[in-house]
Amino acid sequence: MEEKFDVIIVGAGLAGSAAAYRLAQEGLEVVLIERGPYPGAKNLSGGVLYGRVLNDLIPEYWKDAPIERYITNQRVAFITEQAFFNIDFKNQVFSQTPYNAVSVLRGKFDRWLGEKAEEAGAMLVPGIRVDKVLIEDRRAVGVVAGDEDMRADVIIAADGANSFLAQQVGLRGRFETGHLAVGVKELIGLPRETIEERFNLTGDEGVAYGVVGFATRGVAGGGFLYTNKESISVGLVMHLDELIETGVKPAEVIEDFLAHPMVAPLIRGGKLLEYGAHLVPEGGLAMMPRLAMDGMLVTGDAAGLSVNNGFVVRGMDLAIASGVAAAEAVLEAKKKNDFSAQGLSAYQRLMDESFAMKDMRTYAGAPAFMKNDRLYEAYPEMLVSLMTQIYHHDGAPKQHLVPMVMKSIKESKLSLFDLAVDGLKGARSL
Amino acid sequence: MNRMSLPEKLSINKYELDEGHPHIVVNTEVCSAVCKTKACLFVCPAGVYSEQEGKIIADWAGCVECGTCKAACPTEALSWEYPRGGFGVIYRYG
Ligand SMILES: Cc1cc2nc3c(=O)[nH]c(=O)nc-3n(C[C@H](O)[C@H](O)[C@H](O)COP(=O)(O)OP(=O)(O)OC[C@H]3O[C@@H](n4cnc5c(N)ncnc54)[C@H](O)[C@@H]3O)c2cc1C
Ligand code: SF4
Ligand code: SF4
Repeated sequence: MEEKFDVIIVGAGLAGSAAAYRLAQEGLEVVLIERGPYPGAKNLSGGVLYGRVLNDLIPEYWKDAPIERYITNQRVAFITEQAFFNIDFKNQVFSQTPYNAVSVLRGKFDRWLGEKAEEAGAMLVPGIRVDKVLIEDRRAVGVVAGDEDMRADVIIAADGANSFLAQQVGLRGRFETGHLAVGVKELIGLPRETIEERFNLTGDEGVAYGVVGFATRGVAGGGFLYTNKESISVGLVMHLDELIETGVKPAEVIEDFLAHPMVAPLIRGGKLLEYGAHLVPEGGLAMMPRLAMDGMLVTGDAAGLSVNNGFVVRGMDLAIASGVAAAEAVLEAKKKNDFSAQGLSAYQRLMDESFAMKDMRTYAGAPAFMKNDRLYEAYPEMLVSLMTQIYHHDGAPKQHLVPMVMKSIKESKLSLFDLAVDGLKGARSL
Repeated sequence: MNRMSLPEKLSINKYELDEGHPHIVVNTEVCSAVCKTKACLFVCPAGVYSEQEGKIIADWAGCVECGTCKAACPTEALSWEYPRGGFGVIYRYG
């Protein structure tokens, strides 16, 4: 008889490695299969990890993990073609451990988490692409890679946004373009001292910008700029359906973004280190597949777990949370020796109880709110017009704030009704 | 930062090319017959697709494996799969 494992996990991203780590800790026989030559070789994100959930799994992870900086400054920038308006928030609380958020580079970070899983006893197999899930009597019983089969009680699909495995077994259909966003990112190298001086940072402090407005040429989405130790991650996330409608080219938009007056001085003198792109599952609750079937669970991006409310893009923390929940469910199933969907039902329950699903529910309205064109043109223009009126002294007598605000609203072609409706919708969905 | 062209940017990336095993194959007859958007030509962040003499060509070596083209293509013209294990783009940073 061929060898059989307790669990086969497909994909050594954060969801997969977190699940492998937890299961191996409990002594289960776990195989973690990754198509890249090492974990992280295929993975890309903006890079701000909200780290509480990782700290629960690996206490004081930051002492050992290759983190770049801990984020102390959160900035939101509203930009028009020529101008920008920043809101800068710094709280010393963010420099206390366990850090609220840290910046990471997945090529290094996922490799580390994969190694942690290995140290805990998981068998990491890189450089192998799983071609499909082996199904017998409507039950997942293993995986096929090339001409090899491998069997296990449970298969965990942690294979990312494209999840061909979840699709193959019918847990999800083809994703709609309205539920996907395209993320493009450039990593720009700069000396450490330059970054600290330029962004007013002390030591390993870091800053995270969320950018709304002209960055995406009216396409729903936003920009980001995050500091690492010796590099800056700059990128855009744009809804795929609107890219298709408008014919806007991601590669051109990011090039313009780098040249924007807000971004250009921050990356001046920098050297491109890498150019990448990745899909983001942004449909929220509406795109989430069923999470379990007999013998199989779906985690992380593969399960559509991500939150983007315009200010922050999150998926890494949700991926880790789902990986851990899947592992706990397998441990429960193992006790009963029942790996059917019913036996694995603790996964859905643990997810429902965790911050992951709670946040997915809280932000259920965010994807629709983000599709509001006014966010990308009218509002940034209104803010810029107001700031210009306040600070631009052209000899004309100054007015009080209220008439200035009214003028800005009018100039940006907004109605008071729009403002009221968007304000209410924003307050409800963000 | 100096402006760079897309091919220049991609040339900085690390790839392990699987010579002779394209992971993207376009059935150009389907494209010509039914595709209205030709979305692949503009959505691809790596500029992999071009139209030459009315035919869609995929210069797959520069692909960063995001899957955008596959999701955007309105037909079944694209047969797109991940490169074989160990091959394709290799993010050093990610
Ligand atoms: C531009 C951009 C910016 C982002 N910014 C942030 C951010 O700032 N903060 C944040 O929290 N989140 C961010 N995200 C989201 C975050 O990157 C994802 O939510 C996260 O990576 C999901 O982790 P995962 O483990 O589910 O999937 P992935 O990281 O995609 O891992 C999937 C793994 O499976 C492997 N794999 C896939 N198919 C197979 C197969 N058939 N055989 C073997 N292996 C396979 C892949 O190689 C990969 O290693 C961003 C995303 C993008 C694109
Ligand atoms: S989008 Fe699909 S069908 Fe249309 S031209 Fe491109 S590959 Fe062909
Ligand atoms: S997967 Fe991404 S990079 Fe590769 S061809 Fe498709 S859109 Fe372009």
